[in-house]
Amino acid sequence: MSILDFFRNNKKDTAAVAKERLQIIVAHERNQRNQPDYLPKLQQELLEVIRKYVDVNQDQVEVALDNAGNCSVLELNITLPDR
Amino acid sequence: MAKIIVVTSGKGGVGKTTSSAAISSGLALRGHKTAVIDFDIGLRNLDIVMNCERRVVYDFVNVINGDATLRQALIKDKRVDNLYILPASQTRDKDALSMDGVERVLKELADDGFEYIICDSPAGIEHGAFMALYFADTAIVVANPEVSSVRDSDRILGILQSKSRRAENGERVEEYLLLTRYNPERAAKGEMLAVEDVEEILATKLLGVIPESETVLKASNQGIPVIHDDQSTAGQAYSDAVARLLGEEVEQRFIHAEQKGLFKRLFGRTA
Repeated sequence: MSILDFFRNNKKDTAAVAKERLQIIVAHERNQRNQPDYLPKLQQELLEVIRKYVDVNQDQVEVALDNAGNCSVLELNITLPDR
Repeated sequence: MAKIIVVTSGKGGVGKTTSSAAISSGLALRGHKTAVIDFDIGLRNLDIVMNCERRVVYDFVNVINGDATLRQALIKDKRVDNLYILPASQTRDKDALSMDGVERVLKELADDGFEYIICDSPAGIEHGAFMALYFADTAIVVANPEVSSVRDSDRILGILQSKSRRAENGERVEEYLLLTRYNPERAAKGEMLAVEDVEEILATKLLGVIPESETVLKASNQGIPVIHDDQSTAGQAYSDAVARLLGEEVEQRFIHAEQKGLFKRLFGRTA
């Protein structure tokens, strides 16, 4: 091993970068996978109801389902436009 | 009762067909009556990897459609007794594999006394891949130590856990990870995901590690499943994997870099 190699090894190795990136994306995708199939449709229908009264668009309505033990919380976050 | 084993991966080109050929041969070499089915409709390749491409008369879809009997379509392997190949059809109709049809063929194989049925899945998560995994009791997820392959493997594990028949019945498919094209030297240098990393990310039991080896290509060139080459590291690694599949405790080999002596370090590159 040359002296150059010694310094090169001090850099973060690429396999560690790969592992870190994979852990993040896999956790994210597993979380989405556990969401019930009706969630996108629920979001769409809620949006339609809200639109009857307020002018909002798709990205101003967030629907998320959190599982905490044996209790699920449906979280609804609507950003109303400025008057 | 027959055990149905799917060899799957999501990503293409990671070694599903090579592994299907090796594992089915390995099971038959140990005396188990084994059938291996190519589910890659339209892109038949198991036949050429197992050197029976010129003996294909009828295929999987012919059997499903009732144009041929299972007995007519099954090709007996010339190397190992107890091994039969059911080739894929070259039709372009991707819906040719009906769920009822696949179930009927699997049941007929089981009734015929087959102990193991290996389903060689196509790449992707489309209909063919779904049919290959739906009836599985056991899944061998083939992955390379590389980001896209590992990510796709996790997708496939998710599908096995939610969409398979076992999952629908509230049971679990027995899942195994088979890491192929592994290079322990590069992993030791931090240039390649280590086997422990992939195991940790996928949280799946390790069936085996197949080291990157020139013999794998040489074997497919000749249509001889690499497990027949008991001098090669890849052949030995597949034999170990088959033993583990049969419930034997076999220590993992080929996962750590060889300690090179001074002589090898100086002259190893030219070897």
